[in-house]
Amino acid sequence: MIPLSAYVVVSAILFTTGLLGVLIRRNFIIVLMSVEIMLNAATINLVAFSHYLESMQGQIVALFIIAIAAGEAAIGLAIIIVVFRGKISTNVDEMNLLKW
Amino acid sequence: MAFLFFAYFAVVSIVAGILTVSLKNPVQCGLALLALLLHVSGLFVMLNAEFLWAVQVIVYAGAILVLYLFVLMLLNLKTDDRYFHAKTPYLLAPAAIGLAYLVFLLVRSPFSGSRGDASTAAVLLNGDAHAVGIKMFSDYLLQFEIIGVFLTGAIVGAIVLAKTPKSIETRRDA
Repeated sequence: MIPLSAYVVVSAILFTTGLLGVLIRRNFIIVLMSVEIMLNAATINLVAFSHYLESMQGQIVALFIIAIAAGEAAIGLAIIIVVFRGKISTNVDEMNLLKW
Repeated sequence: MAFLFFAYFAVVSIVAGILTVSLKNPVQCGLALLALLLHVSGLFVMLNAEFLWAVQVIVYAGAILVLYLFVLMLLNLKTDDRYFHAKTPYLLAPAAIGLAYLVFLLVRSPFSGSRGDASTAAVLLNGDAHAVGIKMFSDYLLQFEIIGVFLTGAIVGAIVLAKTPKSIETRRDA
């Protein structure tokens, strides 16, 4: 039997990887991908607790997380396309104005 | 046997996560993210969440990742020489120390709580999709409808954002 803490540790490592990706990568699309890694880490946590505490709520919330990730990806990529059209770059350091 | 599968899924998803963050070419990052999503879905199967496994493969690996790859190839990004933050080495050490302490605390925690009504035997009786559906459309119906409205709003917002401005089109016509 795999202990619950094993899943929680995997989730913590993935979450830290995603957080580091958001902080150190400069490409906006990779930053969004790192956010997806963090959302997946949270989902693993919810599903693991749902299994070990014998409750269905964790899986329901995990489904909501996947729906929110879909919305976030659609909006984020639309914003990238708009920014890329005005200014040929996806570097987050160069996006420092709300309007230009 | 279960431990072997868990070790495989866990190690490959962590390695794929690190590759997603560290690879230089954005398309390769997307493919590493695909490997991560598929192996995380394997972890879901180990936790008796087959419905989430299907949703993860269809929605995440099938729809969201294709959207990412589509935008990456549409924009045809050139790989920058400086693709990491300038102060990356100073961020890595605190992250490693913080993660080590977090893992230490998590391994020591007892993790107990009040148990719900969905024991493994009860879930396996009619299948995971049945259990999720009964719960979703009884206790979580309002949240389900809110998510539906949210997704509609997100799609409309994405279309409005990405639409070509009209002034440019009229200038091209003239």
